[in-house]
Amino acid sequence: MIEILSQTALATVQDLGRHGALGFGVGTSGAMDEMALSAGNLLLGNNEADAAIEIQVFPFTLRFRQACAFAVTGADCAATLDERPVLPWWSCQAAAGQTLRLGVPVAAAWKASRAYLCVAGGIDVPAVLGSRSTQLRGAFGGHQGRALQQGDVLAVGVPGEGLRMTGFGLQPPALVDRMQQDGVPAVRVMPAAEYGCYTEASLAAFWGEPWKITPQSDRYGYRLAGPALSPIAPLELRSHGIVPGVIQVPPGGQPIVQMRDAQPSGGYPKIGTVIAADLWRLGQAPIGSLIRFMRCDWDEALAANARNRAYLDEALRLIGLHRLQSGRG
Amino acid sequence: MTPTVSLLGTTALLFEAPGETSLATQQRIWSLARETQSWPEVAEAVPGMNNLMLAFSQPPKECDGLTARLLAAWQAAEPLALAGRLVELPVTYGGEAGPHIADVIAHTALDLDEIIARHTAPDYPVYAIGSHPGYCYLGGMDPQIATPRRKTPVLRLPGGAVSIGGPQTGVSASAGPSGWNTIGSTTMRFFDPAQSPPCLLRPGDTIRFRAAKVIR
Repeated sequence: MIEILSQTALATVQDLGRHGALGFGVGTSGAMDEMALSAGNLLLGNNEADAAIEIQVFPFTLRFRQACAFAVTGADCAATLDERPVLPWWSCQAAAGQTLRLGVPVAAAWKASRAYLCVAGGIDVPAVLGSRSTQLRGAFGGHQGRALQQGDVLAVGVPGEGLRMTGFGLQPPALVDRMQQDGVPAVRVMPAAEYGCYTEASLAAFWGEPWKITPQSDRYGYRLAGPALSPIAPLELRSHGIVPGVIQVPPGGQPIVQMRDAQPSGGYPKIGTVIAADLWRLGQAPIGSLIRFMRCDWDEALAANARNRAYLDEALRLIGLHRLQSGRG
Repeated sequence: MTPTVSLLGTTALLFEAPGETSLATQQRIWSLARETQSWPEVAEAVPGMNNLMLAFSQPPKECDGLTARLLAAWQAAEPLALAGRLVELPVTYGGEAGPHIADVIAHTALDLDEIIARHTAPDYPVYAIGSHPGYCYLGGMDPQIATPRRKTPVLRLPGGAVSIGGPQTGVSASAGPSGWNTIGSTTMRFFDPAQSPPCLLRPGDTIRFRAAKVIR
């Protein structure tokens, strides 16, 4: 069991998302940084899709009521276990009664804003409609369908066969596979249905200018600030399916990127879609920071998916080798 | 006029039928959804308002073949007249239950009784489920009571709010932000994740609003 000690939380239980319920009006939810969640699970011998705690407000403290192997991935938040430093992206062992504290994310070589507490066996909340992710709008999934609060106690699943030891780590993909343009963090975007409906100046600004992530940004969507994007003629659309990553442009001209808690449908014009392979980068971009959009086509987007997969496959291979080697020693 | 097909990154593809929004077109969308749901690259076929999103199980290597198959399937799609249930929703109109009804009165120049009469007259077909868990996109509203969406969205419209946004009407299934004009409220529960299926209604069902109470 894990007990939440922090007063303010906004932390939620997330896995890789709820798929197949769009037709019930249920969006996918899931970890804002899927790479961090998957990698943290691999470090612990879990299934990649097991549930973890996504933390976005710091400091965050919790107590292990039982001995538990864990890893903190995502942001480097100067974590401590009973005052002793915990390495980021590292598998660790906690004894029963120890307190884990995650501090404010440090300006590491990779700058991130969300941390994942993964535990061996995963966070054991009931799966609802096929997922343990918290569905905030529908108030189901995760822990009682809501953000975690002080005093909440979460069960931990049974560790898998893969867990034999702790004390090793992974290089975050943000270090291995950095993406920038003109010194500004960048994500790749494919044009969407209404791309051609915007003025040439707007399209030039869309690709050419940095966009600021405003404080009105959360798990539902990132509201960006920059030059106003203007359609050539007013656009009226019928409600249609959308996915996380879709960049909508409301009448004001300031784009909104749909994130993991996005509605499964919408009606605003879509200028582009942040590719699935890069959504974790945006999910980690801090409020107030700048982001750039880089144009990409279908083949490049598929290659980006494959590259993410290759990172996780390589991580799994190296973790397996490490366990074998240590077993012999 | 031809349908349009566009991509939502590598996650999904969006098919949009041409022409004015109609139930006949929606019945072909339902037909297309049923057909495409079984395709290997499709994880979920999700009807919208005269459009269809195909969420990929695995994005295909290239999209041309899929797009061609989809357009051919649309040409072949016969209207699927889903024989659904008729559900009557008792509504409290006006007052605290419908805080924006004055805006609808002002915009339409119709009085309260006339608006309620026109809102309760039709049977509204459920075109699609979307927006939030259990929410129904409805067709069939009288264009005379159409009212533009609000300039500033309401941050927390309560669940059960009956509202008008442009040419559409709907009932929110849970509390959340909305730019629509609330004219009444109902206590019906539209979504329960413990049930199978979790939604009270599905495409092809019909909603009828009944004025249970009017607050003047």
